[in-house]
Amino acid sequence: MSLQLMTYLVVGFTFVVYIGIAVWSRASTTGDFYVAGKGVHPIANGMATAADWMSAASFISMAGLIAFLGYDGSVYLMGWTGGYVLLALLLAPYLRKYGKFTVPAFIGDRYYSKSARIVAVICLIFISFTYVAGQMRGVGIVFSRFLEVDILTGLLIGMGIVFIYAVLGGMKGITYTQVAQYCVLIFAYTVPAVFISFQLTGNPLPQLGLGSQVSGESVYMLERLNQVIQDLGFGAYTDGSKSMIDVFCITLALMVGTAGLPHVIVRFFTVPKVSDARRSAGWALLFIAILYTTAPAVGAMARLNLVETIWPGGSPETAALAYDERPDWFRTWEQTGLLGFEDKNGDGRIQYYNDANPDYAPIAEARGWEGNELSVDRDIIVLANPEIANLPDWVIALIAAGGIAAALSTAAGLLLVISSAVSHDLVKSIFVPNMSDKGELMTGRIAAAVAICVAGYLGYNPPGFVAQVVAFAFGLAAASLFPAIIMGIFSTRINREGAIAGMLSGLLFTFGYILYFKGVFFEPLAENVPENWLFGISPEGIGVVGMLLNFGVAFVVSRLTAAPPAHIREMIEDIRVPRGAGGAHSH
Amino acid sequence: MSQNASREAYWTANLKLMAGCLAVWFIVSFGLGILLVEPLNSFQLFGYPLGFWFAQQGAIYTFMVLIFFYAWRMNKLDREHDVHED
Repeated sequence: MSLQLMTYLVVGFTFVVYIGIAVWSRASTTGDFYVAGKGVHPIANGMATAADWMSAASFISMAGLIAFLGYDGSVYLMGWTGGYVLLALLLAPYLRKYGKFTVPAFIGDRYYSKSARIVAVICLIFISFTYVAGQMRGVGIVFSRFLEVDILTGLLIGMGIVFIYAVLGGMKGITYTQVAQYCVLIFAYTVPAVFISFQLTGNPLPQLGLGSQVSGESVYMLERLNQVIQDLGFGAYTDGSKSMIDVFCITLALMVGTAGLPHVIVRFFTVPKVSDARRSAGWALLFIAILYTTAPAVGAMARLNLVETIWPGGSPETAALAYDERPDWFRTWEQTGLLGFEDKNGDGRIQYYNDANPDYAPIAEARGWEGNELSVDRDIIVLANPEIANLPDWVIALIAAGGIAAALSTAAGLLLVISSAVSHDLVKSIFVPNMSDKGELMTGRIAAAVAICVAGYLGYNPPGFVAQVVAFAFGLAAASLFPAIIMGIFSTRINREGAIAGMLSGLLFTFGYILYFKGVFFEPLAENVPENWLFGISPEGIGVVGMLLNFGVAFVVSRLTAAPPAHIREMIEDIRVPRGAGGAHSH
Repeated sequence: MSQNASREAYWTANLKLMAGCLAVWFIVSFGLGILLVEPLNSFQLFGYPLGFWFAQQGAIYTFMVLIFFYAWRMNKLDREHDVHED
C-alpha cells in the first residue's frame, strides 16, 4: 500500500470517528451547548482539556523550538504546564462553584457591572481569534503536506468537520470528540519518540533516554550533543543564552496566561462537582505531561541525528555530507521548502555551522567555509522525524492524523468560547434579555458558524502578524482576565471601579509594549533588542509587568472608592465553600 | 462552633495549604529550574545536568504531584469542616 493511500485511510478513519461522536452527543439545551450539561467525568475532562490545550503548535512546532533553543526552550515546557497548578489551586474550584456558563459572566456578576462584562468579552474575543487563526492555518498546512491537496481545500475540509461537531454538538460534542482526538495525537506523538529513543540510547522511554548513554558507547547523549554542536560554534545545548530575568518573566507570563485563557478555564465548568474540578486539573496535566516530557527528548535526539547526518564523521574536522549523497528524506523535505541548501563555497558539500558566532569565524575561514549552507525549519523535527529514523509508513500516516487532531481540537474549543461569549454575554445579557432557551441555543449555533467562517478566512489570508501575535494572547490573558478573576475570589474589597481600571491598564500597557517593539500594524517604534527593553524583559514576558500593574491599579482605585455591596460579599463567601454546587443554571 | 467561625477556619486552612503548595511550585520551577540552574548543573542526575533536568522534566512531574496532593487534602478539609458536597 502506498504511503498516500495509507495516510488517506488513517485520517479518514479518524474523521468518521469524530463525526460519529458528534451525532451521538448532540446538544439539546444551552446547558449542553455551553458546558456539556456539567456531566463530564473528571478523567474525560482531563483528556479533553489536554487536547483543547495542545494545539498544532505544541504538536508540530514545540519539539523543534526546543531542539534549536536547548535550555532556553524550558520556558515553554514549564510555562505551559505550571499554569495548571494555578488553575487547580486558584481558579477552577471557585469558578465551578459559581456555576454559570462563561468567564465574562463571572466578571460581570462579581463586579456588579455590565461594563466589566463587556471589557471581559473584548479581551476574550481578541485572545481567542488570535489563537484560532493560527490553528486553522495549521489545519491547512497539515492537509496540504500530507494529503497533497492545496491549502484552501485542506482548510475547507477542516472547517467542515469542525462545523459538524461544534455547531451540532456544542460543548458536549466537542468534549467527547476531544477525548478521541487526545488518544490519536498522543499515540502519534509517542510512537516515533519511543522508536528514536530506543535506536539512539537503547532505552525505550524517551524521558529516560534523554538522560542515558549513547548506545554502545560510554558517553551520555546530552554530553555528546553539547560537544558536537559546540564544535560547530553553537552554544552548549544544556546552557541558555537568554538573560535570567527574561527567562523568569517569559515563564511566569506563560504560566499565568495559561491560567487566564478562557477556553481552558471553561473546561472546568463542565464537571459535576467542585472536588471534580480540582482533580480534573491534575488529570489534564498528567495527559499534557506525557507529551511535554517527551518533547525535550524528541528535540534533543532529532538535533543530534540531524547534525550527525550532516557531519558523518561526527566532527567538523572530517568532511561534511556531499549534497549528491543526501538521504531520501532530505530530498522529500527539500521539496516542501522546510530544508534548504545553498552551496556558498561551491564544494558540493553541506557545511552546517553557526555563522553568527564571531569567535568561530576564523576557524570557519581557515576551513574554507563561506557561511552556513543548510537552512532548517523547526517544524521538520516532528514532521520528518519518522523518516529520519527510518520508521514504517504507518507511523508517518499517524503523524498526519495526530497533527490534524491537535489543530482541530484546539480550534473547536476556541470557537465555542467565542460563540458563547457572543450569544450568552452579548446577545442574551445586553440586547435580548428575555430570549428563550431555544432561541439562545440557535443564536449560539449561528455564532459558532459565523466564527468558523471568520477563522477560516483568517487561516487562508493570515494577517502578516499571526505568528507574532501568539505572544499577545498569553500576555493579554495574564494582564487582563487572570488578575480580575483572582481578585474576585480572594478579595472582598476589590470593587467595580478597581476591577475595570485594573483590567484596562493591564491590557493597554501590555498591548502598547508589544506594539512598540513588534509594530504589527505599523513599523516598530524601537528595535526589538535587549538594550531597549524595560528591565530587560522581552515583549513575550511583559505580561508579567502588565499583571502587576493590573493588581496595583485595582488595589489603589478600590481603596479610594466605595466597598462592594453586601450581596457581593455574600456571593464571595458562597463561592469559597464547595457545598451547594448544583447542576447547570443560567441566571 | 458557629457556621461563620467554621467557614472562617476552613478558609484559613485552605489558604495555608495553598501557600505551601505554591511555595513548592515556585521553588521547583523558578528556584531550581531558573535562578539556581547554573550551580545545580554541576551535579548530575544520570546523564542530565541537575538544573537542566528540573527545568525540562522535574518541575513538570512536581506540578502533577502537587495538584493531586492539593485535591486530596482539600477533600479531607471539606469533610472536616463540613462544607463538602452531598
